[in-house]
Amino acid sequence: MDHNATHPNDTLLGADELVLNMGPQHPSTHGVLRVKLKLDGERVRGTECVIGYLHRGVEKIAENRTYQQFAPYVDRMDYVAAVSNGLGYCEAVEKLLNVEAPPRAKVIRTILTELQRIASHLVWLGTHALDIGALTPLFYCFREREEILKIFEKYCGARLTTHAFRIGGLQYEAYDGFEKDVERFCKDFERHIQEYVDLLSGNSIWIGRTRNIGVLSAADCIALGATGPILRASGVKWDLRKAQPYAAYDRYQFEIPTGTNGDTYDRYMVRMEEMRQSRLICLQAIENIPEGPIFGKVGKVIKPAPGEIYHSIEAPKGILGYYIVSDGTPQPYRVRIRPPSFINLQALDKMIRGHLVADVVAVIGTLDIVLGEVDR
Amino acid sequence: MTMTALLQFLQTWWVELVCAVVIVAVVPLIAGYVVLVERKLMADMQARLGPMRVGPHGLLQPIADAVKLLIKEDIIPRDSDAFIFWLAPVISMVAALTSMGAIYFGPSFRVADDINVGILFIIGVSSLGFLGIILGGWASNSHYSMIGAIRSTAQLVSYETAGGLAIISALLLSGSLQVRAIVDAQASHHMWFIFMAPIGFFMYLVASIAETNRAPFDLPEAESELVAGYMTEYSGFRWALYFLGEYANMIVVASVATTLFLGGWLRPFPNVQWLNWIDFLPALLIAAVGGYCIYRAGKQPVKVQVWFMWAVALGCFAVALIYVLPWIFAPLRFAIPGLNGAFWFLLKVAAYIYVFMWLRFTLPRYRFDQLMHLGWYILIPLAIVNVFSVGVAMLLESEFGWNRWLAMIITTAFTLAISVYLVHLHDKRAAAASSATAVTSDSYAG
Repeated sequence: MDHNATHPNDTLLGADELVLNMGPQHPSTHGVLRVKLKLDGERVRGTECVIGYLHRGVEKIAENRTYQQFAPYVDRMDYVAAVSNGLGYCEAVEKLLNVEAPPRAKVIRTILTELQRIASHLVWLGTHALDIGALTPLFYCFREREEILKIFEKYCGARLTTHAFRIGGLQYEAYDGFEKDVERFCKDFERHIQEYVDLLSGNSIWIGRTRNIGVLSAADCIALGATGPILRASGVKWDLRKAQPYAAYDRYQFEIPTGTNGDTYDRYMVRMEEMRQSRLICLQAIENIPEGPIFGKVGKVIKPAPGEIYHSIEAPKGILGYYIVSDGTPQPYRVRIRPPSFINLQALDKMIRGHLVADVVAVIGTLDIVLGEVDR
Repeated sequence: MTMTALLQFLQTWWVELVCAVVIVAVVPLIAGYVVLVERKLMADMQARLGPMRVGPHGLLQPIADAVKLLIKEDIIPRDSDAFIFWLAPVISMVAALTSMGAIYFGPSFRVADDINVGILFIIGVSSLGFLGIILGGWASNSHYSMIGAIRSTAQLVSYETAGGLAIISALLLSGSLQVRAIVDAQASHHMWFIFMAPIGFFMYLVASIAETNRAPFDLPEAESELVAGYMTEYSGFRWALYFLGEYANMIVVASVATTLFLGGWLRPFPNVQWLNWIDFLPALLIAAVGGYCIYRAGKQPVKVQVWFMWAVALGCFAVALIYVLPWIFAPLRFAIPGLNGAFWFLLKVAAYIYVFMWLRFTLPRYRFDQLMHLGWYILIPLAIVNVFSVGVAMLLESEFGWNRWLAMIITTAFTLAISVYLVHLHDKRAAAASSATAVTSDSYAG
């Protein structure tokens, strides 16, 4: 078996090879990803990703909007983790303006972002399990996600593309009973996460489908720029929440779960543990939300001094970075976004060469990509 | 003259004719309702409601689906083999319905009486359904369909073998291929064969799931990988034929398992005199369902649903009355075994299908190579060992005068030990294979 076959386009198609077009209309490419597979029987000899079906020119749009006007657009990138996108953008502009959000705003931001991380991982778990053929976890995951979305809805009125934060802090005060809702969710969630573990973790079919599938070593991850749970599953303890604390993460105790093999099962275990840790962060945060203002010293018109800034956060899918260049006008001169999904997706070919067709969907699932963010 | 001939023909064959018409006309309806039951059960296990819109609690959903599929545009893909494309779903459906002809749905409900190779006929004809899948996958001129068809061929070869060998244990015990004789043998043994050959039953359960393309072995139509496998290019009523064929096949394998291992139409404890009151259970159970419907009728939010609940309740009472009447009117006594037999048979078939569904909602899907390994490295060797064990047990009993239970328990334990060993071997092989194929190439950074 030649795992290091060349790019699909580089070789002439042999008589025993088959090119299978997967997507953009396919049940398990998580949106409009298109993968061309070169198959020998059922074995994958090479892949080519075709992306861009969801390209909306988000970065270009930024150049024609004011800083505040652009904030809702970032929600539409990784639309299953809109709150995290908003946090990254708001903090980047704050850094550019050299202001800080008040402590109360920071804590509430942290709580909402961690809830969003749980929600994002729940969508991942449900769809990943569905791709591998387990029908039921999807509905359990969405049941819990619904509770999180209800909290978002109560907080800011929106469920999916929330636009929860503003540059400089928060627009809305936490509603009455916010802490109680979060606490109730966290209490229930401990029991629910055990349900997923019961359904999947010890299931020998699940283990057989995920162990040693899509292996990425730590060196591979670093070379490819893969971040987030994918990097940590390979054994690298790198989490920006600890490495470069932002928001209020330096106030809370939590662990960074890591794996050893860097296979699909390890990524599954890492994300499961991350959900537990996020739950612990939420529980710590609601115990002591500081009193005070929720909005910093930011004017109605944002006109940063000419300059540039790069700010990155640990989004549910990996490192989400914003590079903003200001020319002194109310509109950014250039916004460049480092989307974790797009960069993690580049590992796809390396992960599935030599595996079977059925593993392709497992690997796409374990990468946890959102095409809105890949294509922007 | 012709009139009398016709009358004579009808007098001789009326049971068969009625059953044949029922199979062709009612089985598709039943299959549709099996789909509804499956969706409802799945919804219940997944904390949701399932179909609720068409009719009270979605009870008219199968009919709405059928009408929708009938009036859809009939699409035949360009460059497909149109004739085979047309033929393939028909083969699937016809094979499933034909094989039902030899099944006894109770001691007196059947189409073909006393086929001396009844079980062989059922298995052979229902296997023809795979021809429909393979031809359909080939004729569609689509890669997804093609891969689905290839997978299904390999799966058929592996699991028909395992399933066939699993059946042999029951055939050995009964000494006949005739459906009636197999059930009678279970009556005369005072024991269903599931208790005498449990491993055979379990293996038939696994193999029959694979034969009917059900999860976790639904690789030929794995929706997350192959879109819909061999059915990808089918739409409208052709698709419905495949779908009905699949569910009819489920009923067939469940009937075979019921006949061979679960005592067919026998009630529990068929020969224990003091348990004869069990014969009243069918009427009581059906009446209880009716009673429950009346109890629920008061809680329905909409008037239509209240009426509907009452209608279902009255229907249940009517059926219960049919079951009670023979006990009251002596001339109708002859119908009691048939009615009760049909009840127990259908109850067991339903239970078997329930296990199918339950597994589908719970388990992830096997990968193709894992499926093949399971079939060839575990199921088939184990089936051969099982046939041997059952044979040895029968020999020990008949030739050496051993106690039957002692012989059965010892040989079953032997088979279990072999199966543990086989699983262990398989795990070792899988571990070796995965460590060999694990990609450990260098990183991209120079």
